[in-house]
Amino acid sequence: MNPNADTFPQSYAPRLPGDLAVWLIILAELLTFGILFLSYAFARAHDVELFNACQSTLDLNSGAINTVLLITGSWCVVHAVKAVRRDASSLGVRWLVAAMVCGAGFISLKSMEFSAKMDAGIDLSTNTFYMFYLLLTVFHFLHVIVAMVFLAILLVKTQQGAYGSHDTHALETGAAFWHMVDLLWIVLFPLVYVMR
Amino acid sequence: MFNNSINRIWIALLIATGMTFWLGESGLSGSAGMTPVLLMFTLAAAKGLWVIYDFMELRHAPALWKRLLVGWLGFVTGMIVLAYWIGQR
Repeated sequence: MNPNADTFPQSYAPRLPGDLAVWLIILAELLTFGILFLSYAFARAHDVELFNACQSTLDLNSGAINTVLLITGSWCVVHAVKAVRRDASSLGVRWLVAAMVCGAGFISLKSMEFSAKMDAGIDLSTNTFYMFYLLLTVFHFLHVIVAMVFLAILLVKTQQGAYGSHDTHALETGAAFWHMVDLLWIVLFPLVYVMR
Repeated sequence: MFNNSINRIWIALLIATGMTFWLGESGLSGSAGMTPVLLMFTLAAAKGLWVIYDFMELRHAPALWKRLLVGWLGFVTGMIVLAYWIGQR
């Protein structure tokens, strides 16, 4: 085990962790969500009363718990990468499992929220607020599912000993995607659930 | 636990989330003008910076990538606050 390998190699030249392709995907995703966030914000500016009335039907507690779950999931992934970098793979696996538990919690809560909205007869055509709410949150939800699939694959490969101080490239790639999902929710939560 | 900078950042992210939740729960967001919204998106920007620099590990990445992600965060949160201000007028 290399005790000095857990931190990002700061003494080297600047380096982008993970694969360049995932960073290009992250840029495209940020651009897409950025357009949706601003479309929501400016649509709201033209119909504040409708947006505030509909927003009051959302569960702020559930939104806050989901934020805690995603932030904690990201924190677990950071620890997983650091553990694998110092060849502590079994510890890395435990951190990845913890991150997946957080992700599963997010998916469960969000599924209940969507189910309640469907039961209330809410869909994309209900009004402008719900169109944006569903577009943003369902699109984000799908990204969480994709990130969970990545984590599951990384978990299995880490268990098999595929990664270590010699190679954390794929792990860093999956971690970057997971953190992007967290970053998007950090903007989405105050925008859709809190701002009145 | 607090000797580890990642753990400290995680705690800070949770506290910032709690403050955002409190702004919504207290009803301040929507009744006290621009200040709560400015505070809320300053908190969101601070949280985003921690995620970009310390979770995504871009603190030691090439400057272009840092500028792209931090620029995205600053632009999006700034424009949301601008849109809110327009809605208040």
